[in-house]
This record gives sequence, C-alpha cells and structure tokens, in this order.
Amino acid sequence: MIEVLKLSKVFPASKKSKEVRAVNAISFHCQPGEIYGLLGANGAGKTTTLRMLATILEPTSGTAKVAGYDVVEEPEKVRANVGFLSTATALYGRLTARELVEYFGRLHGMDGDALHKSVDTLFTALDMNSFRDRRCEKLSTGMKQKVSIARTLVHDPQVMVFDEPTVGLDVMAARAIARFIGDCRERGKTVIFSTHVMSEATKLCDRIGIIHGGNILEEGTLEALRTRHGKEDLEDIFVEVVGEES
Amino acid sequence: MSLRNIGVVYRKELVDSLRDRRTIISTFVIPILLFPLLSVGFALLIPTLINKAKEEIPRVMIVGGENSPLIVEALKKDHKIEVVPATPDFETQITDRKIRAAVVLPGDFDVAANRGEAGKVLVDYYEGDIKSELAQKTVKDMLNDYRVDLAKSLLTAKGVPTGLLQPFDVDKNNVAPPEKVSGSGFGGMIPYFVIILAFTGAMYPAMDLTAGEKERGTMETILTSPVSRTDLVLGKFFLVVTASLATAILALSSMGISFLLAKHTIDQQISKSDPGFHFALDPRGVLAVFVMIVPLSVLFSATMLAVSLFAKSFREAQTYISPMTFVVILPAIIALLPGVELNTRTALVPILSTTLVGKELMAGNHPWGFIALIFASSCVYASIAIGAAVTLFNRESVLFRS
Repeated sequence: MIEVLKLSKVFPASKKSKEVRAVNAISFHCQPGEIYGLLGANGAGKTTTLRMLATILEPTSGTAKVAGYDVVEEPEKVRANVGFLSTATALYGRLTARELVEYFGRLHGMDGDALHKSVDTLFTALDMNSFRDRRCEKLSTGMKQKVSIARTLVHDPQVMVFDEPTVGLDVMAARAIARFIGDCRERGKTVIFSTHVMSEATKLCDRIGIIHGGNILEEGTLEALRTRHGKEDLEDIFVEVVGEES
Repeated sequence: MSLRNIGVVYRKELVDSLRDRRTIISTFVIPILLFPLLSVGFALLIPTLINKAKEEIPRVMIVGGENSPLIVEALKKDHKIEVVPATPDFETQITDRKIRAAVVLPGDFDVAANRGEAGKVLVDYYEGDIKSELAQKTVKDMLNDYRVDLAKSLLTAKGVPTGLLQPFDVDKNNVAPPEKVSGSGFGGMIPYFVIILAFTGAMYPAMDLTAGEKERGTMETILTSPVSRTDLVLGKFFLVVTASLATAILALSSMGISFLLAKHTIDQQISKSDPGFHFALDPRGVLAVFVMIVPLSVLFSATMLAVSLFAKSFREAQTYISPMTFVVILPAIIALLPGVELNTRTALVPILSTTLVGKELMAGNHPWGFIALIFASSCVYASIAIGAAVTLFNRESVLFRS
C-alpha cells in the first residue's frame, strides 16, 4: 500500500543552480496487487518521487505512507518493507552473486538458516544457480539484472519500487524485467514504477500518472485516459497532456 | 545504532577490500616491501658511502712550500694524502674537484716556524663536498701533529719539560644507555614513519568506500537497505581504521625484522664510521608509540572519510585528499627540528604532539602527564572527526551532490 500526500521536494539553490522544485505537492495512491506507473520525460520528477518513497531522499513537505509506515517518521521501517530497483543501483563487483544477496539479507536483519533458505529459494526461482559463486563484475548484464532482482526480493518486501528499471537493457533483459514486475503484482505486492517508454506503461500499468515539471497532470487507468482524451495511443495522450514543445 | 549492523557492514567491506588489488598494494605490498627497503637501504648505504669517501687518498697541493722542505716532507710522509705539484689555479682545481684541498704556507715557513713566528697556515677546501671536508680534516690533523712535535722539539732544545704543553687531559664519557642514543637519532624517526603510514594506509579505502561507491552507483543501492546511515558510516569507518593500523603494524614489523636481519652489518658499518653509535631499540618504546598512534589513526580515517564523502568521484576525492598529505608531513617534520620540544602548547597540536611524545618514548622517557594530555586531546579531535563524518553521511545534499 502506498499513499502519497502532497509530497514536495525542493533542492535548495547552490552556486551553480537556482532553487529547483523537483516535485510539487503530488498525491496519489497504489493498492496491493496493483501496478502504478509514473510516466514522464527526463527531469519530470520521477526519480525524485521514487527516491522519497524509498526514503533515500527526505521530502521538503508533505509525506507518504508506504506499507503503513510514514516515510518521514519511520524511514527505516519503510526501507525494511520496500524493494527498490533502478538502473542506478549498481552491484558490488567484488562480491559473488550469492554474497551480495546474502549481504542485503543481513542488512535486512536476516541471519542463519532463514537467510540461506530465502537465498536458495530465490536463486532457484530466478535460475541463478549457475553463476551464484561468480563475482558480480564478471556477470553479463542479464545476470546482473537477476542479481539486482534477487537483492530487492531477499527480504520479501510488500512494496516494490522500480525507477526506470529497463533503461539501457537489451530487449530480452527488458522483457525479463517486465515479466518480473508482472509477477510481483500476481503475488499481491504493491508496485510502483517509473518509465518514459510508452509501450511498457501500456503493457504493465493498472493505473498511470503522467508527471511533468514536478506535477501529476493526469491520472487514471489506460482505458479512462483513452476515453477522456479520445485517443488510442498513449504517446498521443501523453503529448496532449504535457504539451508539444516540451 | 546497532552493533550487529555495524558488524555486518564491516565484514562485507573487509571481504570486499581484501579482494581489491589496489587495497592489497597500498595496505600490504608497499609497507612490507617498500619501507624496509628504503630504511634499511639507507641505513646501509650512508655508512658505506662515508667509508668509501674515507678510503680515498685525497690529492692535496702544497702552495708556497718551495723553500720549506721539512713541512712538505712531514705532510708527504704518512701517505694519508697524495701531494701533487702546486699550480697557481689551486682554488679552481678544488672547485672543479681535481684536487680535494690545498695547504697555503706563508713564506719561509720552516725558518719562521722554528722561531715561532710563522703566522697562519691556510687549508683551502670546498664546504659541503664530503670528500673535500674529509681531506681538510686529515690535513688539519697532520698539521696539528706536526705543530705539537715541532713545539716539543723546540722546548726540549731549550731544556723545558714537554709536559707543560698539555698540563691536563680532557676526555668524554657517555652515560646514556645505547637504546636512548639511537632512540634520539634513528629511533626518533620511527614515530614519524608510523604516522605517515597510518595516514597513507587509510587514504585509499577512505576514498574507495565513499566517493568510489558513489561513482560505481553502489551508494544508492546500500542506502535502500534499512540499516541506518550512522551504522553504515561506522562500519566503513572501522574498516578504514583497520587498514590504517594494519599498514602501520605491517610496515613496523617488516622494518623491525629487516633491521634484526641486517643488524650485524649495520652495527659494523655504523661503528666503523661512528664508534659512539650502537644500534638498539626498546621494543616497549615501539609498543608505546603504537598505542599513541591509535587515536591519530582514528582522526585520519574519520577526516578522510568525511572529506572524500563530499566528492562525487574517486578522482575528485583524490584532489581533496592529496594536499592533506602535506598537512600530515609538515608537523611531523617540524617535530624533528632541533629545539622543538614537548610542552603544554605543542602537546595540543595534533600529529606534532604524537611525533614529539613518540621521540621521548623511543628514548625511554615516559612523561606521563604529557602522554595523558596528548592521548586525551587526540581522542577529542578524533571524536570530532567521527562526528563530522556521521553528520555528513546523514545529509542527503552530501550523498547526492550533483
């Protein structure tokens, strides 16, 4: 369960740049078993929003409840219930796949048999046993992606946050990620993901929020958006919402 | 703060670092191989060079000795110097190192000296050139001997007892135990070495675990874990301290072992060039120095963590950290200057105080009041630095500086 309430993030002015209002009092919610897609161009505020939900960044004002915990009041409990995956979240190259996943399990307070069992199950489910003892730096992109997925799942989080998870991946790896996101919904997890790829959003999302300049300009199921704008193609809808010039 | 979580982070960083070739080189290879090679090498090389310079028979000119065969003969007699024919450009020849020194005799020296009116004999040499200085010393000693002999024979001829030339004798007697002698000399260098090593040992991991992680994108990954940022930075901090102390311990032990192995040769070499010098070190002194280094190593580790945390990339961290090397070397060098002593003011200057008290400890002195003051003040500085590192790590503007 994710409930976002007037969430804002302002990056203070520095020598090089003026004050940036990256996210402007946005509100939305996402139920268990639902995929919410944040659709927006680069710089629209997607990453900042998701980072606030994962409590990597602190909101300037407003708040959000993730898995029942407030991101401002109890950030550590939020992190304990969230799996966060983005292309920016790299792996420790000198750890083996297994060591890496176990390390994150330990950081989530797991230990001993429970940890080993959870890791074994994950490695079998994701078909990773052939490279479990290979160092992450030696893995192919697809294998790395699997390790990242296992890393986000090791503590069996209720809420999954994906920040542009397919950027830079080839077709096969991107499809695997998409399938994995779908699986998360099947297992009743609350899923939010950001993308600027229209086809991905069309295929996966139960509801879509179009974000631009830190504001959510339009929100609804794909069907609702299509009826409201009288257009079939999500890209056309998107352009109509955010305006042609941007 | 959770000890378990700090331990989990620490163990992971340890495994990670031990697999990193660059850590292995900076923590193990350099201290084990380089420093003993340098220090033992120098210890062996310097006496060898001095002895070699001493073995040379210097070429010396005697200027103005044409009608004074007695003194010229006396200088030639022992073959300690090679007398070469005089030329008017003797000064240039010294400068060009064709000859090492020149003796300039006043006119009619033999005759005048017998009357006690010869005036001054000049020994020309080139200051700063060790071979010329040695030649000058040899020639001066020979002239002194000749003068005493001449005086004795003149007095005898007049029936005066020669003992009057030297009514009493003066001799020196060293009461400091050998380890104190070397403690103030070579031993005084050891704290300095250890401080530099404690700094360089912390340098690479401090940058790699902060700026390096940002650069590789693992910082964001680790921040998604429920472990508090304070636990994360403390786990990293303990790893940096470990590397810092390990570097210093390894370098010290490896230097110690190489010295023990080379001790015989060094003792021989050194006593040949300086009979008053004996090589000995007090192991308790070394240990005490080490205890004093611990808070300093904590200070180094926390400061470098805080500074490199600020950097976006490893390279940027390097540009911040490299100048800090001078900040560390400078007080350590000041402490080696003569006249800089331990007092309540210097005891409060970090690094400088540790070098100074280390010098005392190596010399077998235990100024307990200062030891307590320095240990306490270093601990205060170290805690401030840890506080700064923890605070910075909790600030997202530092972690996500762009």
